[in-house]
Amino acid sequence: MTQPSRGGEYDVAVIGGGLVGSALAWGLARAGQTVAMLDEGDIAVRPSRGNFALVWVQGKGLGMPEYAGWTKKSSDDWSGFADLLREQTGLDVAYRRPGGFMPMLSEEDLQARANTMMRLHNQPDMIRYPYEVMDRETLRKELPFIGPDVVGGTYCPLDGHCNSLRLLRTLHKGIGLLGVDYRPNHRVERIEHRDGGFRMSIADGGAGGEVRAGKIVLAAGHDSARLAPMVGLSAPVRPQRGHVIVTEKTAPFLHHPTVYVRQTDEGGVMIGDSFEEAGFDTTLQPGISSAIAERAIRFFPLLGKLNVVRSWAALRVLTPDGFPIYEESKTAPGAFVATCHSGVTLAANHALTLAPLIAAGGLGDGFTPFSARRFHVPQAA
Amino acid sequence: MFRRLPEIETATQAVSFTIDGRPASARAGDSVAAALLANGVTACRTTPVSGAARGPYCMMGVCFDCLVTIDGTGNRQGCQVRVAPGMAVETQNGKREVER
Amino acid sequence: MSAPNPKFDFDIAVVGSGPAGLAAAALAASKGASVVLLDEQAEPGGQIYRAVTETPVRDRKVLGPDYWHGAELLGPLRDSGAAHWPGAVVWSVARPREDAADGHRPIQIGLSRNGSAAMLTVRHVILATGALERPFPIPGWTLPGVLGAGAAQVLLKTSGLVPSGATVMAGSGPLLWLLAWQYLQAGARIDAILDTTPKENWRAALPLLPGFLRSPYLGKGMKLMLEVRRKLTVIGNVTALRAEGAIGGDSALKSVVYTRNGAEHRLPADTLLLHHGVIPNLNLANATGCAQRWDEQQRCWRPTTDEWGATSVEGVSLAGDGAGIGGARAAEEAGRLAALDALHRLGRIGREQRDKAAVPFRAALDRALTGRAFLDTLYTPAEAFRAPADDTIVCRCEEITAGAVREAVRLGCSGPNQAKSFLRCGMGPCQGRLCGPTVTEVIAAERGVSPAEVGYYRLRPPVKPITLAELAALPKTDADIDAVFKH
Repeated sequence: MTQPSRGGEYDVAVIGGGLVGSALAWGLARAGQTVAMLDEGDIAVRPSRGNFALVWVQGKGLGMPEYAGWTKKSSDDWSGFADLLREQTGLDVAYRRPGGFMPMLSEEDLQARANTMMRLHNQPDMIRYPYEVMDRETLRKELPFIGPDVVGGTYCPLDGHCNSLRLLRTLHKGIGLLGVDYRPNHRVERIEHRDGGFRMSIADGGAGGEVRAGKIVLAAGHDSARLAPMVGLSAPVRPQRGHVIVTEKTAPFLHHPTVYVRQTDEGGVMIGDSFEEAGFDTTLQPGISSAIAERAIRFFPLLGKLNVVRSWAALRVLTPDGFPIYEESKTAPGAFVATCHSGVTLAANHALTLAPLIAAGGLGDGFTPFSARRFHVPQAA
Repeated sequence: MFRRLPEIETATQAVSFTIDGRPASARAGDSVAAALLANGVTACRTTPVSGAARGPYCMMGVCFDCLVTIDGTGNRQGCQVRVAPGMAVETQNGKREVER
Repeated sequence: MSAPNPKFDFDIAVVGSGPAGLAAAALAASKGASVVLLDEQAEPGGQIYRAVTETPVRDRKVLGPDYWHGAELLGPLRDSGAAHWPGAVVWSVARPREDAADGHRPIQIGLSRNGSAAMLTVRHVILATGALERPFPIPGWTLPGVLGAGAAQVLLKTSGLVPSGATVMAGSGPLLWLLAWQYLQAGARIDAILDTTPKENWRAALPLLPGFLRSPYLGKGMKLMLEVRRKLTVIGNVTALRAEGAIGGDSALKSVVYTRNGAEHRLPADTLLLHHGVIPNLNLANATGCAQRWDEQQRCWRPTTDEWGATSVEGVSLAGDGAGIGGARAAEEAGRLAALDALHRLGRIGREQRDKAAVPFRAALDRALTGRAFLDTLYTPAEAFRAPADDTIVCRCEEITAGAVREAVRLGCSGPNQAKSFLRCGMGPCQGRLCGPTVTEVIAAERGVSPAEVGYYRLRPPVKPITLAELAALPKTDADIDAVFKH
């Protein structure tokens, strides 16, 4: 176990205590770095508390095959990652990989989905993985409760899910055991790159003061958009709102996750989701919850009798093309940004692959496609 | 354990219903939770988390400990539903079943 | 839903038909506003006047004159023309962002009635959601046979049920004494009352005694308590409590163990009735987005309101104990004040008319609140009961102990929302009603900061469960549907 370094100085400061930040902090500390994780307080924009907990592969990466490969790698490493966490903390993040489904309600949608999967796999440099397009009868053998409106769907054996809130807690417990200095109520106001290191001013409303580190990783979700330019980086992310509903605990009946409906290890049925451009407003819209509920019942009519016990709206951290940004600053070497909207799926990568690279000093060429420079290409007239 | 004040037996109408299939009697105006307590049933379910026994606690709809299956529908708040003639009340074990 | 010219179903919706709601609805409707009174119970009265129209306990001395006063509020409601919708569970109150053409932004109320959900559009809403018993987490409080004293009182009012077998009451506060007195009148058995009022509280409360002595309720309360003390076994200075089931079993209460002067004593018990005060039932206001503050004197969260009950959300006001504990008589007057202000905001009466009409209500409110500070201070529960020992379950739904909450604090959780994510405490069907105050207190004590700094759960609708099918049947705009299906 490494000791927090002296006088507020660390090898690395991770800015952001959500799933991306805590997975990176965990990996960095495991790689022997002294780490501070700077976080906001109890009430903050926290997508990590509102996500859907899928560890999902199918369909991702059309337009960026490197992202499809990156996603598949994380999925492949997830089981080992969950084992490491359990051995270290005694907590089970309930990772399961029974294969997942995307059910469809019309023949057109099913055809469009099949085309998307085909185009995805026809991309150059694509690392292919198995998937199936299923008709209704084939699907029904796997998901016996589907309603009459379901025409079929796609299936991928790599898809799974976990308990993402327990993952957040487990990572926080893990970083504590690894000696990471976790600092809540440390909203970073300003970052200065000086003498080869970084100085972070902490907002006066929180703890105040200053934290210094040799390297920094911006994993602040939406706030990375504000922080990145301070160190010569760019994180053009915007919030995209999604509603999620969860039911009371129910005896296990749904043995595979689907994109829209999954049953948690604790028994509740999580039902998503929506895609809304609403800024930072997280007010629930009853009509949207209603549409989500209606669709879920068309997929699985027997859900209708269950009681809804909670619902919420969370804000996806979305780049213009929806793919992650991983990049080291050219003008302030040692400053990294990591942002994505799949903090659960990619947690294994962040902890086991990305963090060791940052600890060792650089991302290498493999990450060039994930640079935010892809957004700066002048548009053709 | 609860008992009815003597004056009540003459002041109200009897209501026949069942608890786990056994015939039981309550009074008009009773909630299901009150009817269970009046029939000596203090534990009406086990929890979906640890399996511990629970019974009515708040009697005003806020604690959700008096959940029971009423006429085939699970997880109903016993204290918020009035007992009705012929009603089938069932105690619950752990998590609710999706089809009931 | 977000149509440019919403049709208003009513001018004013009042949520809750206890004293505040009954008085507010009656006054507002009597001045010509169209009013609907929504309440989840089958009959009006709230908890304090529960079953006042139909209680089988016809011997008026059992429930006492304060209870029967509730019946006097029903005539004015009937005469006012307000619609009364019993059995209506309100699960959401929201003000959509779009402005209505006439300048009145509509309030949308999600309700569930007879198994189907609907949205109601009104201009103004008065939340009169009342109080609930302050959670009283002791080891074993989840055992069958342990109930709130308030719950026992509901059983008495609605069904004429009283405990049989060995019965212990424990805690402090006016309601505990009132229930004991009512049981005495009814001839019910009480084996002992374990008084947990901390000795030190008397020192803090004494300076407030003169105010209390001016209270019109003093005589009654004092007489009642003295009668109970004279006729029953009251054991004072109880500093710790636990409920136990059969050895090796957890199926039902068998005994109550209490600590007095450092020594443990055991009482056999079939029923344990717990109480240490009431707190605002604020889930609906919180989920509506109303700002709330920590009240140090009452040691609870309360929505922030002005002198008319207006909250931080335009068009949403609060009346009665849901805005801070003042008791039934105060709630009634607060309901009238909120109704006057709503009428003024809707343009039905002018400011002067409102202020003039308010004079007698405000005077009555002040009278009703006289002496409250003394009661609040005297009956502040001891810290050992507000922030219990590690092995005590605080979240009944998810079965999370105080120790688990403390461990989350050590992991860096600075408030209840992160603790909720880590532990699931407050995520069950009760939505934090039975753990929220305790979780705030435990975190505050563990961090060594004030509850105000720690904060409270941020709640979201539905504040009461509705079925997925009910939710699915609600109206939707094209934009709602596109947000879900077009992706």
